[in-house]
Amino acid sequence: MSTHALTARAAGLMSCHVCGQLARVPAAGPTATQGMLRCPRCNAPMRLRKPASLSATWALVLASIILFVPANLLPVMTTTSLLGTQQDTIMSGVIFLWQSGSWPLAAVVFFASVMVPLLKIIALVHLTLSAQRRSMLNPLARTRLYRMVEFVGRWSMLDIYVITMLVALVDFRGLATIDAGPGAIAFGAVVVLTMFAAMSFDPRLIWDPLADRSTSDHD
Amino acid sequence: MLAPDAHPVLPSDLVACQECDLLQTEPQLAPGQTASCVRCGAFLARNPPDSIDRTLALTLTAAVLYVIANVHPLVGLETQGRLVAVTLFEAVRVLWQDGMMPVAALVFGTALLFPLLELVMILLVLVPLRLGRVSPRLAPFFRLVRSVKPWGMVDVFLLGMLVSLVKLSHLASVILGTAFWAMAGLILALTFAGRAFDTRLLWQQPLPDDRS
Repeated sequence: MSTHALTARAAGLMSCHVCGQLARVPAAGPTATQGMLRCPRCNAPMRLRKPASLSATWALVLASIILFVPANLLPVMTTTSLLGTQQDTIMSGVIFLWQSGSWPLAAVVFFASVMVPLLKIIALVHLTLSAQRRSMLNPLARTRLYRMVEFVGRWSMLDIYVITMLVALVDFRGLATIDAGPGAIAFGAVVVLTMFAAMSFDPRLIWDPLADRSTSDHD
Repeated sequence: MLAPDAHPVLPSDLVACQECDLLQTEPQLAPGQTASCVRCGAFLARNPPDSIDRTLALTLTAAVLYVIANVHPLVGLETQGRLVAVTLFEAVRVLWQDGMMPVAALVFGTALLFPLLELVMILLVLVPLRLGRVSPRLAPFFRLVRSVKPWGMVDVFLLGMLVSLVKLSHLASVILGTAFWAMAGLILALTFAGRAFDTRLLWQQPLPDDRS
């Protein structure tokens, strides 16, 4: 069934990403007038596919891979107390939670701050690479993977908020203070960049090779 | 330049999946039903009952809770008779003064500004709609709601706050403030408002006999 499924693009149509309205792709091709076409119903810019989806996703993913290193190696937090100064990375914060007995929270933070950004980057590389190679393998599984990446991404912001509250609350002058470290900036950037990367990826690119094959069969 | 409207020659219930581009007919939905793409399972449409009234009620609730959540302190920390209590904005300010401007801006945007924008934009769209005025002028506000929504992270913030409190519980006694509970309510109200909103109402032509 899915090999003979008709897509909007194959039918010479494009859909509005805001209101869903269908419109005909002008004969000159969408590239000739790109950026100027607007939805006849809601006036949003209309495109056949997200512009430069693959190269934009690549750029954002590569930037987040680079920043992933300082995000995990640099301290995100510095605690100064009567006992001395202690610097914490993302991972040492998880270990601290684990050792202090709050292992459910340690698991949550480990998942949100360490696993999610890592798996998200791997998933985005896989999605972009397979779309670029016009792979026809498991389009449904890859679409689900994409949906998961989009849904779960925001939860990585968890550690940024933990740091914010710790810095704001622990300010007992002379006793103890907590300051944010440079790792927090890199970590925040990774979260934002991977979210933008997921947004710039067009999941329809996963399905386009299948549609192209079935149209060429008909010719 | 407007793209040529395809619908005069096509069935009006023909839609394309936003995730796999498959053309399909949108099924007639009973109240409360949701339609998904037959090929990839992506969300197509929802028919929530009493959409406008419920969304409006929940969004107004969320707006009130938003104000409470930002005026009152979120949490307090008490040690040796000294109490430190902070509001969300104060927490952002401390971070800013610490020289962590990018992080402070990120927290300000995701926990304060974008949720506020989302609330205001939903109200700007819904109030005229409730008064029976469907206008193409609403479209830009709705587009803004869509682009701002993924960046509003009050729910993640609340979890982050809980984690930080657990980390501090051995140092001092932790007092949950009014704003903490208001924020929990805000998350619920926003979630249900999002589910109650039938975005198709925005684009329907108001027919004289189609009103409520």
